[in-house]
Amino acid sequence: MTTVQDVVRAPARRLGVLRRPQATTGFWSWFTTIDHKKIGIMYATTAVTFLVIGGVEALLLRLQLAGPNGNLMTAAQYNELFTMHGTTMVFLMGMPLAVGVANYLIPLQIGARDVAFPRLNAFGYWGFLMGGLFIYSSFFIGGSAPNGGWFGYTPLTSTPLDRGFLPGHGPDFWAVGLIMLGIASTTSAINFIVTILNLRAPGMTLMRMPVFTWMMLVTAFLTLFAMPIITAALIMVYFDRNFGTNFFQPAAGGDPLLYQHLFWLFGHPEVYILILPGMGIVSEILPVFSRKPLFGYAVVVFSGIAIGFIGWGVWAHHMFATGLGPVAISAFGLSTMVIAVPTGVKIFNWLATVYRGAVRLKTAMLFALGFIAMFTLGGLSGVLHSVVPADTQQTDTYFVVAHFHYVLFGGLVFALFGGFYYWFPKLYGRFLDERLGQVNFWTMLIGFNLTFFPMHFVGLLGMPRRTYRYDSGLGWDFMNLLETIGAFIIAFSVLVFLVNAIVSRRRGTPSGHDPWDARTLEWSTPSPPPMYNFAEIPQVESRDDYWHHKYTEDESGHAVRLPSGAAVAVEERTAGGGDDGHGDGHGEGHGIHMPSPSYFPFILALGLPVLGYAAVFQLIWLVPLGALPLLFGMYAWAIEPQTE
Amino acid sequence: MTEQQVAIPPSQEVAEAGHAAPETTTGVSNTKLAMWLFLSSDCLFFGAFISAYLFYRSRSQAGPKPQDVYNIPFTSVTSFVLLMSSLTMVLALAAIMRGDYRRLRIWLLATALFGATFIGGQVFEFTEFYRQGLTLHKNLFGSTFFVLTGLHGAHVTAGIIWLLSLWGLAAQGRLTAGDSEKVEIAGLYWHFVDVVWIVIFTVVYLIPH
Repeated sequence: MTTVQDVVRAPARRLGVLRRPQATTGFWSWFTTIDHKKIGIMYATTAVTFLVIGGVEALLLRLQLAGPNGNLMTAAQYNELFTMHGTTMVFLMGMPLAVGVANYLIPLQIGARDVAFPRLNAFGYWGFLMGGLFIYSSFFIGGSAPNGGWFGYTPLTSTPLDRGFLPGHGPDFWAVGLIMLGIASTTSAINFIVTILNLRAPGMTLMRMPVFTWMMLVTAFLTLFAMPIITAALIMVYFDRNFGTNFFQPAAGGDPLLYQHLFWLFGHPEVYILILPGMGIVSEILPVFSRKPLFGYAVVVFSGIAIGFIGWGVWAHHMFATGLGPVAISAFGLSTMVIAVPTGVKIFNWLATVYRGAVRLKTAMLFALGFIAMFTLGGLSGVLHSVVPADTQQTDTYFVVAHFHYVLFGGLVFALFGGFYYWFPKLYGRFLDERLGQVNFWTMLIGFNLTFFPMHFVGLLGMPRRTYRYDSGLGWDFMNLLETIGAFIIAFSVLVFLVNAIVSRRRGTPSGHDPWDARTLEWSTPSPPPMYNFAEIPQVESRDDYWHHKYTEDESGHAVRLPSGAAVAVEERTAGGGDDGHGDGHGEGHGIHMPSPSYFPFILALGLPVLGYAAVFQLIWLVPLGALPLLFGMYAWAIEPQTE
Repeated sequence: MTEQQVAIPPSQEVAEAGHAAPETTTGVSNTKLAMWLFLSSDCLFFGAFISAYLFYRSRSQAGPKPQDVYNIPFTSVTSFVLLMSSLTMVLALAAIMRGDYRRLRIWLLATALFGATFIGGQVFEFTEFYRQGLTLHKNLFGSTFFVLTGLHGAHVTAGIIWLLSLWGLAAQGRLTAGDSEKVEIAGLYWHFVDVVWIVIFTVVYLIPH
């Protein structure tokens, strides 16, 4: 891979339409950047903002439910808030936050200088941002925010506006906005797959790749195949609402269950799209803080792939209460039990990794351990759902709410926070504060369990989901109050993290390039890494290559640090720390040609929300206005050379 | 693992700078791999609509029914034209790889024209069906038929615009033998759209109701 960037550039032919942006720093550079690290930070910052917004929505919901007969909001407002809470946390927080972390790390972990398609990468971010802003704009225009649930079941959502069960344009915003987000996440999935398959450093075979990169590869394939299915379903919903088609209209013979099949055929792989990146992150953290290699690397990888495959065969367990018939529910009940096996295998591998390791309980490690515990609880309640009679009892109760918050919050969010503490020094060369980190972790663990554990009980006591108020005397009052208190403890915990991140970015303790004595390639470059990542593309000789450059083993199998001279030589080789001595002028990154910044991904993405408004309000005159930036961006992009 | 080195055509970026082919880990160029991935994703997109069509077959509550409106000989002809456009697409690729730019322009334009003929046929067909009372709203057949074939038509239209853009570049002499992969990738998309039509034509038109 060295040859691409190393070529001496021929005199540039002028092909661009606008003068090529040059700046790589300053405010405007964020609009034109194609650096995967900057884009990763943009994804993460935006997604954390949406995490806060979705969190505030959750707090409002919990305030309404804090006691019986809550009167903070109307039923309609409650519908909007729980719909937007779910939509935000899945599409605007979970997926893009994982994509952001992956954006930053994948090229560094596989020894590449950027992703395969840097401009497409920028477009993916702008598409995500535009889609998010578009959906949220429905709070201000169109009469109503999305209000049919994050799953948008038909015929509730698909019944046309004039006969509508749902007031306002909410479901239109929801359908069109999710199509936009689908376009963005499909481009990023394609980009990740090509990057991981094609841009690996010499010697970085598939089975030497860090597990996080592996899990993102599986995730990208799931995204690639899941998004078109929901896009199709959303197009049907949109056409039903706006052009009078009958896809889900029972009066014309349409079957609302078709929508549920399409949605969950997307929706269940989506669950793994959300959790696999979390599994990848803890698979990076646990070995480093246990000073042991990951136990059963190959098994962990193949379990991830197995989850990726079996994840396509379990969707109907979301539909056990719809009357699919005994054969179908038995089959899907069984496949749901089967998918617990590779997940359980992974949990035992993680435990074996920690077992008898030299464990350092830093915040990152605490979150990783918290992940294992919480995710296991969520997994256990998940297996309960494979037992069809039990599931039928629990469907649409708070038991289900408890279950999926244990896997997605206790799973993905705990892993992501662990990842923040682990990789923050890589991004900024400074640690996140450890004391605040401990507060962050323990308040989150306590708040999380206080919020979601009682939901198991109120669910079993029959409290239905999505209900905006309940009577007293049903035995739910005290536990609902506990849940609300827990939610505010979580909010406090997130606040501690935000303060920590903002303060530590500038004033944290300097960390050096390899503060955790880590194992993977990203730690072999300076922190923060230079724009070109690696002064010289590394030669990979083994799994955990960087570790093996630092340590060797004595006869009894204990790690022995190599003489510092050797380690320094490694750092010179991989990090460009030497004054030169390579004879090729790469010592400080001279002569490396990186892709140039570009306006066009942003301009192209600007067209999306305009077309979205045209679709929602059926404004024909708006179509050319949206098509203009779209086509201009597309053509200008196509004839603009990647590097100038 | 496909670690072996395979001879590959020059990729876009490097061809522009006039340098030798880059090595990718798999040997397949980035852009070509990306196109294959996109097409695999698009398969599921069409798959969902084709499934919906099959699921709702013969469940329409009102007429017109498929057999009332279909004109199989007419659609067979336009389908044949679309299939032939795949042949001209291959000829265009062969021409650019030989450096025969005159034939490249001819075959690119021919492919676009064949595609446009198909779209013309589709517009005629839609109008004809509409005259006979079939609308999006009329029954399930109308909903599933128009949305499925309409989305396919949109794909073909995008392909025609792409081909004409390439033809424009070729007419200015800016599409040379080093850029043959650009034609090849447009070709992948074009053949895919063709293959999808074969499935749609078989499932929607030919299988008796």
